[in-house]
Amino acid sequence: MTRPLVPLLLTALLAIALPARAQDAAPESPEKEPPEKIVAGISRENIDITTSFDGSEIIIYGAVKRQAPIPADDPLDVVVAVAGPSEAVTVRHKERKLGVWVNTGRVDIGAAPNFYVIASTRPLHLILTPQQDQVHRISVPLVMRSFAGPLEVEDAVPYTEALVRLRQNSGYYRQDNGAVRLVENTLFRADVRLPSNLIEGAYSARIFLLRGGEVLDTFRAPIEVRKVGLERWLYRLALEYPFVYGIMSLAIAIAAGWGASAAFRQFRRN
Amino acid sequence: MQIYLPIAEVVVNAFTLIGLGGLVGLMSGLFGVGGGFLITPLLFFIGIPPPIAVATGANQVVASSFSGVLAHVKRKTVDFRMGWVLLAGGLVGSSIGVLLFNMLQRLGQVDLVVQLCYVIFLGLIGGMMFQESLRALRRTRVSGPIKPMRRHQHGWVHKWPLKIKFRASGLYISSIPVLLVGAAVGVLAAIMGVGGGFIMVPAMIYLLGMPTKVVIGTSLFQITFLSAYTTLMHAVSSNTVDVMLAVLLIVGGVVGAQIGTQLGTRLRAEQLRILLALLVLAVCAKLALDLFLRPDELYSVTTGLLQ
Repeated sequence: MTRPLVPLLLTALLAIALPARAQDAAPESPEKEPPEKIVAGISRENIDITTSFDGSEIIIYGAVKRQAPIPADDPLDVVVAVAGPSEAVTVRHKERKLGVWVNTGRVDIGAAPNFYVIASTRPLHLILTPQQDQVHRISVPLVMRSFAGPLEVEDAVPYTEALVRLRQNSGYYRQDNGAVRLVENTLFRADVRLPSNLIEGAYSARIFLLRGGEVLDTFRAPIEVRKVGLERWLYRLALEYPFVYGIMSLAIAIAAGWGASAAFRQFRRN
Repeated sequence: MQIYLPIAEVVVNAFTLIGLGGLVGLMSGLFGVGGGFLITPLLFFIGIPPPIAVATGANQVVASSFSGVLAHVKRKTVDFRMGWVLLAGGLVGSSIGVLLFNMLQRLGQVDLVVQLCYVIFLGLIGGMMFQESLRALRRTRVSGPIKPMRRHQHGWVHKWPLKIKFRASGLYISSIPVLLVGAAVGVLAAIMGVGGGFIMVPAMIYLLGMPTKVVIGTSLFQITFLSAYTTLMHAVSSNTVDVMLAVLLIVGGVVGAQIGTQLGTRLRAEQLRILLALLVLAVCAKLALDLFLRPDELYSVTTGLLQ
């Protein structure tokens, strides 16, 4: 019974081991210390959403730690990517049918971050090879993952492009070339502006150190975005006790309606 | 003043919302419509996600129509018995409508059906009312004082069983057409995310033959309960009621509704109806253009909707 399973298991193990092997070649393996390493910090690890929340600014800063002198060949570059929590997204396309514009095609994308900013020292295409981009999933098209379910359309590219375009127009996806300042090839700093329409969740900042198109080192720090105070209380109530929340909303509406009516009656009598 | 909405998760200007609420409240008091058919598209326009706009709009409608109904109760222009019978039909209709809505959402055609519903019903009703009130206006101009409307026409509605006396309306008709009108409006109201007043008011006048005087108060009475039910359904089934958004809209809305009711007593019924007809036709034209003109962006994105 077990014998036929062995080759199967072996291939499965190989399949698991292969990506790991690929990672071994990457500089972040523990045995081979990369020649240049990131030491970084973040100005705020928690962002609180209050009623008057109007966006926030986080500063991601750090230094490059080296055991050897600075290599003279290719210039050093830093990319900072801040991503919001991912969620499933459906993109629909309208076509004219019988004179009316109707949703016809749809593409479901398994996970796309609701917010994504890339800040870099120089334009991304100059400092990052497509292969390294594939491995680390840095650029906007690659940060979106897999289509969900079978594709109903022949060409999904216009759909993903539309998603990126729509999110760029509304400020949720941004690419800030030159927003990372690198001083003396050692100290770097990026100021990332988070918009006011933030959604609660686990955000993350990733820092990539690049030279000659290759990623030398990466650094990852979590950023927790959450509602506080009244915002938190209402949100929890709505999710955990929806009936109570609904009754409360109605009570407020009825009280306001009655209050206004009574106030106006009083006002007219005088 | 910018404010972060806890459920919608967007930042909006508080004064914009109060102003919107006020405008819609004014309509509510003036015409006896809940204003849902205005508030819902306006909320889309300022960037509130559609499901939240629909559910919170319903909550706002509760406040403005309750405020309006109190004013009408004082003036004794509410036919309570008619209101209860309409409501009974409405609750059944609304439940069916929510089921239909969920089915359409799965098919991905909910926007189209909602828009088509709006265009068809607003167009029909607006056109009918406009024509009727123009005729009425011309008649009063020609023959001076208004002739009393002949209300005791014995049509098909009067031959059905289960007759009830609606004293405030001066009607003695079968309860079946009243229940059917309530249910039909309930279905449409749930699909279109509105209270349904703009359908209810003409249905009461032209189908049930109720006098204009009690139509507005009775419609508001029915809308208050129907939209309270809708709000609760939305809050429980999809957590889409944003109470912060609702409060801002309500603050403007209740004041607007009172002003509207006062204004309504000073205007003649024909003038009121012609104004409402024009408003309905304007919204209809806007929505029809959206359907037939090439949109700026052919792609649309919805999140978290994976079936």
